Amino acid sequence: MIEILNTGPLNTIQDIGRPGYRDIGVTASGAMDPLALKIANLLVGNEEGAAAIEVQTFPFRLRFSAATAFAVAGGGRATLDNVILPPWWSQTAGAGQVLELLPSPASARAYIAFAGGVDVPLVLGSRSTSLRGAFGGIDGRSMTSGDILQLGEPARTVFAADGLGVVPPATALSALFPVAADGTLLVRALPAGEHDLFGADAERFWSQSWKISPQSDRTGYRLSGEPVRPTAPVEMRSYGIVPGVVQVPPGGEPIVQMSDANTAGGYPKIAGVLEADLWRLGQARIGSRLRFVRSSHAEARTLDQAIAAYVDDVRSTSQMVARALKTIAGR
Amino acid sequence: MISPMSQPVDSSSNALETSPRSAPALHRQPIISTIGARAFLLEAPGDFDLASQRRIWALAQALRQWDALGEIVPGMTNLLAIFKITPEDPDAVTARLREAWERAESIDIKGKTIEIGVIYGGEHATDLAALCDHTGLTDREVVRLHHEGTYTVFALGSAPGFGYLHGLDPRIHMPRKTVPSLKMAKGCVTIGGMQTGVAVLTGPNGWNSIGFADHQMFDPKAAVPAIMAPGDTVRFLPERIEL
Repeated sequence: MIEILNTGPLNTIQDIGRPGYRDIGVTASGAMDPLALKIANLLVGNEEGAAAIEVQTFPFRLRFSAATAFAVAGGGRATLDNVILPPWWSQTAGAGQVLELLPSPASARAYIAFAGGVDVPLVLGSRSTSLRGAFGGIDGRSMTSGDILQLGEPARTVFAADGLGVVPPATALSALFPVAADGTLLVRALPAGEHDLFGADAERFWSQSWKISPQSDRTGYRLSGEPVRPTAPVEMRSYGIVPGVVQVPPGGEPIVQMSDANTAGGYPKIAGVLEADLWRLGQARIGSRLRFVRSSHAEARTLDQAIAAYVDDVRSTSQMVARALKTIAGR
Repeated sequence: MISPMSQPVDSSSNALETSPRSAPALHRQPIISTIGARAFLLEAPGDFDLASQRRIWALAQALRQWDALGEIVPGMTNLLAIFKITPEDPDAVTARLREAWERAESIDIKGKTIEIGVIYGGEHATDLAALCDHTGLTDREVVRLHHEGTYTVFALGSAPGFGYLHGLDPRIHMPRKTVPSLKMAKGCVTIGGMQTGVAVLTGPNGWNSIGFADHQMFDPKAAVPAIMAPGDTVRFLPERIEL
């Protein structure tokens, strides 16, 4: 059992999401950084898509009521009873110990996974919170101080006594996920349906750097910069969308839809971010800058495969360590 | 928080009377584009009408046999096909989708009929006066034209269980608002362009409200969560008219 001692607004239970219901208007939701969620889960022996806590406002504090294996991945600076933990780290907390997360400068969101996963009811196949739909997670709402979370049955019982960490993906895969020299995030995307209707502005969409405005949340990021507009008004019939779609409302400042994206849209779309880069966007902070880089299906496949290999590596290493510890414990 | 993304303020709602964009209305071929690497959008050629939508339904049915697809999202005379993994050859996908479209025979879904009781006018009809101004009709005529209509659910989307309804009398078409209502109530009966619908969430909304319906449209815990399905017929029954 976990007790939430302190939380800012908009921290929620998220798993890998609720795809498959867009045709009845249900947003997929799920972790903004699915890669961090997967790694945190694998470190504690869970299925990679299990339900965890997504922290996007800090400070966040919780107390363990019993010995519990947990992992923190993504952003945040974690301490356990005021002792600093390394990033991307798993450890076993004792009963009564307090885990605290403070914001980290580079990444917006932290994921706390627990062995056994957070046990909230499955709604439409997922435990993710849909704030807009008011279902999933804890009764469809954000966490509040005093909330008690039950955990599922852990898949394994033996964990490294001193903890176990992984090399973060931004480091392990740095060659494939570059950042510009000035810190601008480079986000790979493909031109979308109305791209060419933007005429000369389409080129400016790719060449300029965009700032993530304060009007950004799990639904989408509004970007500030020099507006881009189609050469003639574009009227669209409502079409299905996925996270990563970059739409341009009449004002000319693009919106990138994120995990809580609407299921349908009507604004002209200039580009679509590769799924392989969405986790980085999910960690981008308000006020930071990004630039879109034109990509290809071939590059998308390369990136997808590199991420899958990294996840597989963490899974197999984590399982190997668990087996070794069990053997040692059995002696 | 980001109002233009909330239901249903997308610009499509007033997109339907005129189309400055030549495509797809004037083309014979569907337009196929991508959103990211895994999702392909097919936009039907031709008008925004039931014939086009029936062919989209047929395409959706055919695509359900494709193992490589994770999700199929029919929209308004368009369809988004989401692949489980990034396809190796996007041109081959486009060709295959085009071929599936060519083969898709129009289907007529024999849906159910849903009757929705509506209180026309009153406190929730915040845009009825504007609709009268826009159309030159009296409020009584606007209400009559709305409840005498027979509507077809074209697609669901935007918010859980929200049905885009086709069949609105052209005399009461009205573009969505440039400035959305910030907190329109769930249950508002609304007009957006040539479409009508019932708001399923309280929140920002760019459509024009003319009444209110206390009708549960979505229950995530039900075996069939959404009341409406594509092809269903919807009729609005005036329970009360408060003018």
